[in-house]
Amino acid sequence: MTRENSFYGPLEDPAADAGHLDHPERVGFFTDTSVCIGCKACEVACKEWNLVPEDGFNLLGMSFDNTGMLGADSWRHVAFIEQPRRLGGQDAGVAGLPTGPSRIEETTEVVSAALRETERGGGELGTESVDLGFPSFELPGAGNGAEARTDFRWLMASDVCKHCTHAGCLDVCPTGALFRTEFGTVVVQEDICNGCGYCVSGCPYGVIDRREGDGRAWKCTLCYDRLRDGLEPACAKACPTDSIQFGPLAELRERAQERLEQLHADGVSEARLYGESPDDGVGGHGAVFLLLDEPEVYGLPPDPVVPTRDAGAMWRSAAVAASAFVVAALSAFLGRARP
Amino acid sequence: MNRREEPRSDTGAADTRARVFSRRGDDGGSERPVVPRAEFRSYYDRPVLKPPVWEWKIPAYLFTGGLSAGSAMLGAGADLTGRPGLRRAARVGALGSLVASMYLLVADLGRPERFLHMLRVAKPSSPMSVGTWILVAYGPGAALAGAAELVPPRLRATRPGRLLRWAARPAGLSAAAFAPGVASYTAVLLSHTAVPAWHEAHRQLPFVFTGSASASGGGFGMVFAPVAQAGPARRLGVVGATAELVASRLVDRRLGYAGQAYTTGRAHRLRRLSEYLTLAGAVGAASIARRSRVGAAASGLALLAGSALQRFGVFEAGVESTKDPRYVVVPQRERLEQTGRGSRQA
Repeated sequence: MTRENSFYGPLEDPAADAGHLDHPERVGFFTDTSVCIGCKACEVACKEWNLVPEDGFNLLGMSFDNTGMLGADSWRHVAFIEQPRRLGGQDAGVAGLPTGPSRIEETTEVVSAALRETERGGGELGTESVDLGFPSFELPGAGNGAEARTDFRWLMASDVCKHCTHAGCLDVCPTGALFRTEFGTVVVQEDICNGCGYCVSGCPYGVIDRREGDGRAWKCTLCYDRLRDGLEPACAKACPTDSIQFGPLAELRERAQERLEQLHADGVSEARLYGESPDDGVGGHGAVFLLLDEPEVYGLPPDPVVPTRDAGAMWRSAAVAASAFVVAALSAFLGRARP
Repeated sequence: MNRREEPRSDTGAADTRARVFSRRGDDGGSERPVVPRAEFRSYYDRPVLKPPVWEWKIPAYLFTGGLSAGSAMLGAGADLTGRPGLRRAARVGALGSLVASMYLLVADLGRPERFLHMLRVAKPSSPMSVGTWILVAYGPGAALAGAAELVPPRLRATRPGRLLRWAARPAGLSAAAFAPGVASYTAVLLSHTAVPAWHEAHRQLPFVFTGSASASGGGFGMVFAPVAQAGPARRLGVVGATAELVASRLVDRRLGYAGQAYTTGRAHRLRRLSEYLTLAGAVGAASIARRSRVGAAASGLALLAGSALQRFGVFEAGVESTKDPRYVVVPQRERLEQTGRGSRQA
């Protein structure tokens, strides 16, 4: 059954739209990146619970991020962003330097340039003692008030499948392997998926992928098995700072709004919500985020739109082209008398 | 002591004169950091999207599917207008490329043995499901008409042989009825994705693909049918090639930022070569192909190659646009700025 806004726009109840008559509340995540400490417990818990295979033991040179991005074998991904950041009117001395997300070759250039101007061209590194501040009589992190702020900040964010209200992957799946659960989440049935790969290109966030050697598509299930047993998803359970919160989506949206207002009141003006609005291109996420910079800095698309929005225009254009094709064929035979 | 008098540890190194990113004012501020456009930010330049998992088999199918559809139209027309040579070539071509299409589609699956799962559901929101059912409707007609042409002479008089030949006309007409769907749905298949270069081209791509299908169908007829009967094939080839060329140019120009995926790199080279071949094929079809068998075959092959390269070029552009996060971030950021939703906070 399709109703108004089944494919685009605000949709109150995606589970009912998918045909679940008597169903529990829609659930989801609220990931508050302002309290993420980058411990990756969510990544580990997810792998353990869902028996997700290893995704390669690589050193990617992207701060502490050695997972890279979400994929068939990474259903949670903690992003690490190192940002030199000027505070107030102070000059942090980085104006001429590359700022924003660090990239290894640029960092290298900057470092090597700076090294050449040091006393011994960098030769003293590793030969002289450096005061690390240890041992100390203070509690670790005791002086973390405003006086301890520097011109450097470290953003960490645990990314996950957004369980969109209008899910691109779900719309294009030709086998029905992807389905909308009674909880309003989006799950792949691995016994149905035939590995056509359409969902991989249908997702505007680059979340779902086909597993090498397995041939099927995999992604976060929001721990469908745990939900059915009344448990919270493994990642939320494992998160030590409650950066990942699980609950009914309506409540999470409220909580996200409150947290945003609190942060703004505290002067963290760069805090913003991502995916909380039912008016966005995918009808709102099932997994809402609070970010401290623009989404693209975290590797998220700034204004994603479900491809299905333009399905009507595409088919109309295809219909006109198909008609032109028929006219071309007819004119090829009728255009001139037989030779 | 002056440090300059000491021998440098990097004497002779190639990069001693390398550009130094120094503090503001040191060099008059003329040096710009290599961070490209300040407007564009990303996560370590990593792609936002997943590149399509499809390999060469899918663009190859786009070509064989289009060829099959174009040939089915020619076959039905030739049947109705009494051109047995063209009919035979076109029907066999439609069958052969249909078989190739089936192979390519099934082999591209991650789990080929599960290809029948496509038939579990009919899902209008999935162009691949729609396409599956279009092919299910198209296949039997094209297969039957093609098979009828391949019946060995000694079996023609037998009961099954006569039945098959009797069924060939309705079968061919049924194939022709579904052929426009086969030729055009593949454009929606590509456009109905988050791949920027494909999605943004959703208005033009169906015309590129049906044009390419007509050109290849016409080209195939020119290669394999006698010159005297291949008039419709030549005309279809010329019309298709023209449509393909015009639509392809519109793709280059109308897409905004995503258009760069088509006008740069490997996709650009493939499509430029495709344009030359298609143009040459069309000119040949309108001139030498009417007189000489060799000229017809050469022009037909040029049209076929042009059509195939077009499909590979379009495919390549899409893949490229997923690998560079700019194609995702820049247009979306612009959209946010325009609608005032993307207030850049401090």
